[in-house]
Amino acid sequence: MKPPPPKFKRFSCLSLLTSWDYRQTMDSYDVPESTPSASSRPEDYFVGATPLQKRLESIRKQTSFIPTPPRRKVPQCSQLQEDVDPQKVAFLLHKQWTLYSLTPLYKFSYSNLKEYSRLLNAFIVAEKQKGLAVEVGEDFNIKVIFSTLLGMKGTQRDPEAFLVQIQSKSQLPSENREGKVLWTGWFCCIFGDSLLETVSEDFTCLPLFLANGAESNTAIIGTWFQKTFDCYFSPLTINAFNLSWMAAMWTACKVDHYVATTEFLWSVPCSPQSLDISYAIHPEDAKALWDSIHKTPGEVTQEEVDLFMDCLYSHFHRHFKIHLSATRLVRVSTSVASAHTDGKIKILCHKYLIGVLAYLTELAVFQIE
Amino acid sequence: MRGVESASLNSGGGIRSSEACAGTGRVSGPVKTSQNKDKTLEKHLKTVENVAWKNGLASEEIDVLLNIALSGKFGNAVNTRILKCMIPATVISQDSVVKAVSWLCVDKCSGSTKVLFYRWLVAMFDFIDRKEQINLLYGFFFASLQDDALCPYVCHLLYLLTKKENVKPFRVRKLLDLQAKMGMQPHLQALLSLYKFFAPALISVSLPVRKKIYFKNSENLWKMALLAVKQRNQGPSPEPLKLMLGPANVRPLKRKWNSLSIIPVLNSSSYTKECRKKEMSLSDCLNRSGSFPLEQLKSFPQLLQNIHCLELPSQMGSVLNNSLLLHYINCVRDEPVLLRFYYWLSQTLQEECIWYKVNNYEHGKEFTNFLDTIIRAECFLQEGFYSCEAFLYKSLPLWDGLCCRSQFLQLVSWIPFSSFSEVKPLLFDHLAQLFFTSTIYFKCSVLQSLKELLQNWLLWLSMDIHMKPVTNSPLETTLGGSMNSVSKLIHYVGWLSTTAMRLESNSTFLLHFILDFYEKVCDIYINYNLPLVVLFPPGIFYSALLSLDTSILNQLCFIMHRYRKNLTAAKKNELVQKTKSEFNFSSKTYQEFNHYLTSMVGCLWTSKPFGKGIYIDPEILEKTGVTEYKNSLNVIHHPSFLSYAVSFLLQESPEERTVNVSSIQGKKWSWYLDYLFSQGLQGLKLFIRSSVHHSSVPRAEGINYNNQY
Repeated sequence: MKPPPPKFKRFSCLSLLTSWDYRQTMDSYDVPESTPSASSRPEDYFVGATPLQKRLESIRKQTSFIPTPPRRKVPQCSQLQEDVDPQKVAFLLHKQWTLYSLTPLYKFSYSNLKEYSRLLNAFIVAEKQKGLAVEVGEDFNIKVIFSTLLGMKGTQRDPEAFLVQIQSKSQLPSENREGKVLWTGWFCCIFGDSLLETVSEDFTCLPLFLANGAESNTAIIGTWFQKTFDCYFSPLTINAFNLSWMAAMWTACKVDHYVATTEFLWSVPCSPQSLDISYAIHPEDAKALWDSIHKTPGEVTQEEVDLFMDCLYSHFHRHFKIHLSATRLVRVSTSVASAHTDGKIKILCHKYLIGVLAYLTELAVFQIE
Repeated sequence: MRGVESASLNSGGGIRSSEACAGTGRVSGPVKTSQNKDKTLEKHLKTVENVAWKNGLASEEIDVLLNIALSGKFGNAVNTRILKCMIPATVISQDSVVKAVSWLCVDKCSGSTKVLFYRWLVAMFDFIDRKEQINLLYGFFFASLQDDALCPYVCHLLYLLTKKENVKPFRVRKLLDLQAKMGMQPHLQALLSLYKFFAPALISVSLPVRKKIYFKNSENLWKMALLAVKQRNQGPSPEPLKLMLGPANVRPLKRKWNSLSIIPVLNSSSYTKECRKKEMSLSDCLNRSGSFPLEQLKSFPQLLQNIHCLELPSQMGSVLNNSLLLHYINCVRDEPVLLRFYYWLSQTLQEECIWYKVNNYEHGKEFTNFLDTIIRAECFLQEGFYSCEAFLYKSLPLWDGLCCRSQFLQLVSWIPFSSFSEVKPLLFDHLAQLFFTSTIYFKCSVLQSLKELLQNWLLWLSMDIHMKPVTNSPLETTLGGSMNSVSKLIHYVGWLSTTAMRLESNSTFLLHFILDFYEKVCDIYINYNLPLVVLFPPGIFYSALLSLDTSILNQLCFIMHRYRKNLTAAKKNELVQKTKSEFNFSSKTYQEFNHYLTSMVGCLWTSKPFGKGIYIDPEILEKTGVTEYKNSLNVIHHPSFLSYAVSFLLQESPEERTVNVSSIQGKKWSWYLDYLFSQGLQGLKLFIRSSVHHSSVPRAEGINYNNQY
C-alpha cells in the first residue's frame, strides 16, 4: 500500500474541478525517464529456423521481459475507411460483447461465406435437436448469415473482419422485414502484425472474437468453428493492470460530448459477501487530471498510467481513508467504452472503435502466443 | 479374453449337458430332470451374462449366441436374456447379422424376440463392422414394416440404413399407404422426411414443419454397455503402445463447449473439405465414398497402405489419442500440421491448467490425466512438444511444486534441446527456487528428471549429428555450441547438487540420485559418441568418497572407472586423428581426473590419504589425536568397508572372540578383495582392475596428459 503522495493539497470535494490541480504535486514524484521502447522488437531471429522455433523465440522474449510494452499510442480519431457500412458499425456499438481469443483459422476462405452459413445452419439445428432424428429440408426457423465488415482493420495486412448473425425467421410471411437477431458474433484483427508474421498463408488470423447472445449459442457456434477450422476459443479476461491501461487511454481520448460518467468499480474480497466500491468522476474532471499528468503527446506510458491511478487512489484515501490500491479493479467505464474484468466490453464511441479494438487485439494475441 | 472363450464354450456345453440330462431323466422322473436342466442352464446363462457385461463378447461368440437365441431352441425368457446381454467387446461381424436375419425368415421365434432383436440391431448399429450385405437386405426389412409391432423399430433401422439408391417410388407409395392406414406416426414421418430429403421430387405431401420427430429410444437397454464398448474401441487396441483414453470421455458434466473430453474426437476432415467445393450438395456429402477415412484406421499395415490417401483429422488435437496418427504426424513434416497441433495444445494446456484459476481444483484429476496423455505421446515419439515448453515458461513461475508434480517434472525432462543459457532464466531459475525450498524427495525427483532431460538431449544430439549436417539443428548452429549447452546443463546440475548436499547434510539418499546423474554424464563420449567429458564437482566427489554407505562408494568407483574409459578413448582418438580438432579436451579435464584418481587410490589402496589429492596440513591432523590416520581410509578401515572386513575375518575363523582387521595383509589382502567382489561390489572391482597395478608396489595409474601438450 502506498501512502498518499506528499505535498498533497487539501481541497474541498464540492469544488472538484477547480481544486483538482496536481501539477505541482506531481513534480515531487520524480518520474524516471521511460526506458527505451521495447516495442521495436529485436530482429535477431535465427535464420532458417522454422516458424515454430520462431514462435518459441518470441515467447521466450515475452516471458523474460515485461509482458507489455511500456508505451502505447493514444487511440486516434477513427481510422475506419470509407467503405465501412455505417449501419453495421452502429450495430456493433452500444452492445455488450463477451471477449474471446482465437487461434488462427485453418483453411478459412472468404469466398465460401455462403457455404459456411449453410453448414453452420445445419450444424446448429442438429445440435439443438441432438438425440432426435435430424429434421431435414428447408424447415428451419433460424437463419445464419455470414458477412464481412469491410474496412474494419488497422493496416492493409490485417485480414478482413467478419460478422456472424443468427436470426429467427419471421413466422408470418406478411412480415417481409428481417427476423429478430438472436445471436451475433464477430471476428477481427486490428494491428495484428506480430501474429501475422509467424503464420503461413493456410491460416487466417483473427485473434479477437466478440459475441453477444445466449452463451449456449456461442458454445454451439464456437464448437463448429473449432471443428471446421481447427482453431481454439478461450475466454479473454482483462486483468486489473490492463483495465487501468484502458482507463488511462480512454480518458485520454478527446470526446466531443460526454455520454457517460467515468466510473471505476473495485472489488474487496471479504467474507461472507464481497464489497464493491464504485467511484464515479465527471468525465471532464478525469480528463483534466489526465492532462495534468500527460507529457508526450499522442502516447501513453506505463508511468503515466500508474500515476493516473495513484492520483485517483490518493484522492479516495483522502476522503474515505480506504486504500484502493489494496483492492482489485474490476470495471472501468468511460464515454469511449466500458470494460469488465470478466471479459465483457461495450463500445460507446464510434470515433475510437478501431483504437479500442487494437488494444483488445493486442491482449488476445498475447493470450494465444 | 480367455475368460470369454471359456464362457461361450460353457454355454455350448450347457446345452449339450442339458440334453444329456433329458436322456437320463427317464429314470428319476421328469420333474427332477427339468429342475436339473434349469439349474445348469441358469448357471451357464449367468456366466455368459457376467462376462458379457464385464468384458463384452467377441464377434464369434455373438455369432453363436445369436444363432441360439433366434433358432427357437429355448423359450422366450431365455432368448430375451441372451439378446439382452449381447454386448460386443469391439465389433459385431456383418455375417452374424445376416445369419440372424435369415433365422427371422423361418419364423422360429416369437414376436417379442423379433422386436428385441430389432431394438438390439438399432442400438448396436454403429458396432457392425460393415454394412454392405445388410444394406442388400433392405427389401426384406422394408417388407417387415407390415408387422405393426415391428414397424417402429424397423423404421428406425431403415432410417439408419437408407441410401439415396434405396429410395424408390414403390417404397414411397408403400410408406404413404402405411401412413394413411396407421395415421401420422412419428417413425413413419421420420423415414418419409429422409426419403423426401434424398428424392424431393417423389414426395409431394407436406410433412409437418416444426414437429419434433422422435424414435422410441431403443438404446436404453444397453446404454451403459454401449458407453463401455465405445471406450474400449477408442483405444487403438492392436497397437503395442496403449495410448488409452482416460475416463474423461464419459464425464457426465457438460462443463464447456468441448463437452465430452479435452482431446477432440478423431474425425476426418473430408466432410468439410468436400462440402467446401461448390456444386456439392449436402446429400452427396453423406453418400460419399472415396478416400480412406481415419475412423477405419486400425493397424499399422493399414496406415502404410493408405498413407497416400489418408485424410488428416479436422482437429489436429485428436492425434494425441491415436498412436498410428502420431506415427504419421512424426514423419509428415508439414508446417501447417505442426502449427495446428501447436496452437491447440498450447491453448488447451493454458485453459486446463488448474492453478491458473482459483477454485478450479475439482478438475485436477482430469488435468493430470491430460498431462499423462501428453507425456505418453512424447515418450512414444521420443520428442518433446514446443507447446509444452512454452507452457512451462508461463506456468512454472506460478507452480507450487506440489500439484501434478510427477507430470510436471516429466514435462521438464522432455524440453526439446535448446540453448541452455536462454532457457535457464525462464525455467531453471524458477525450478531452483522450488528445489532449494522443498523437501528432499522433491530434490531427488528434480534430479531424476534432469537426468532424463540430459539423456533426451544426448540422444537427440547423437541422432542429429549422425543423421544430417548440423546446420538444421535449432538455435545452436555448431556442434561446439550444442556441446557447450549440454556442458552448461551438467555444470548447473553440479551446482544444484553441491548446494543440496549441504542443505540436506550429506544425505545418502540424495547422493544416490546425484550419482545416478553422473553415471549418465561420465559415459557421454562412448555411449552417445559426443565429444564431451565433464567431471563432477569436488563437493560431490569427496562426499561420496567419505560416505558411510558402501553402495555409494561402489557407485563412485564405477563412475571413476567409466570416466577413465571415456577419457582414454578420447585420448586414443586424438592420437589417431593427429589433427587438432576443436573438441580436444583441455588438459584441465585430465588433470582434474588424475587429481580425483590420486585421492581415491591414496585413500583406498596405498593408505596415503592426505598427501596428494586431498591435502590436509599434518599439524591439523595431529590435533585430531588420531594416530593411525594413514590407513584409516583404505579398503579395510574405511568406515563403509569395516563391517565387510570384520565379517570376512569371522568367516575365516568363526571361533575368534576378537578380530584384528590389520591382519589382512599380503595374500589375505587379495582374498579379502575377492570376498568384497563376491559381495556384489562390481564397481569397486572394475575400478581396482583398471586403475591399480597389481604389482609389489601398488600405484595409481593416472592418465598421462603431459606428452600431448
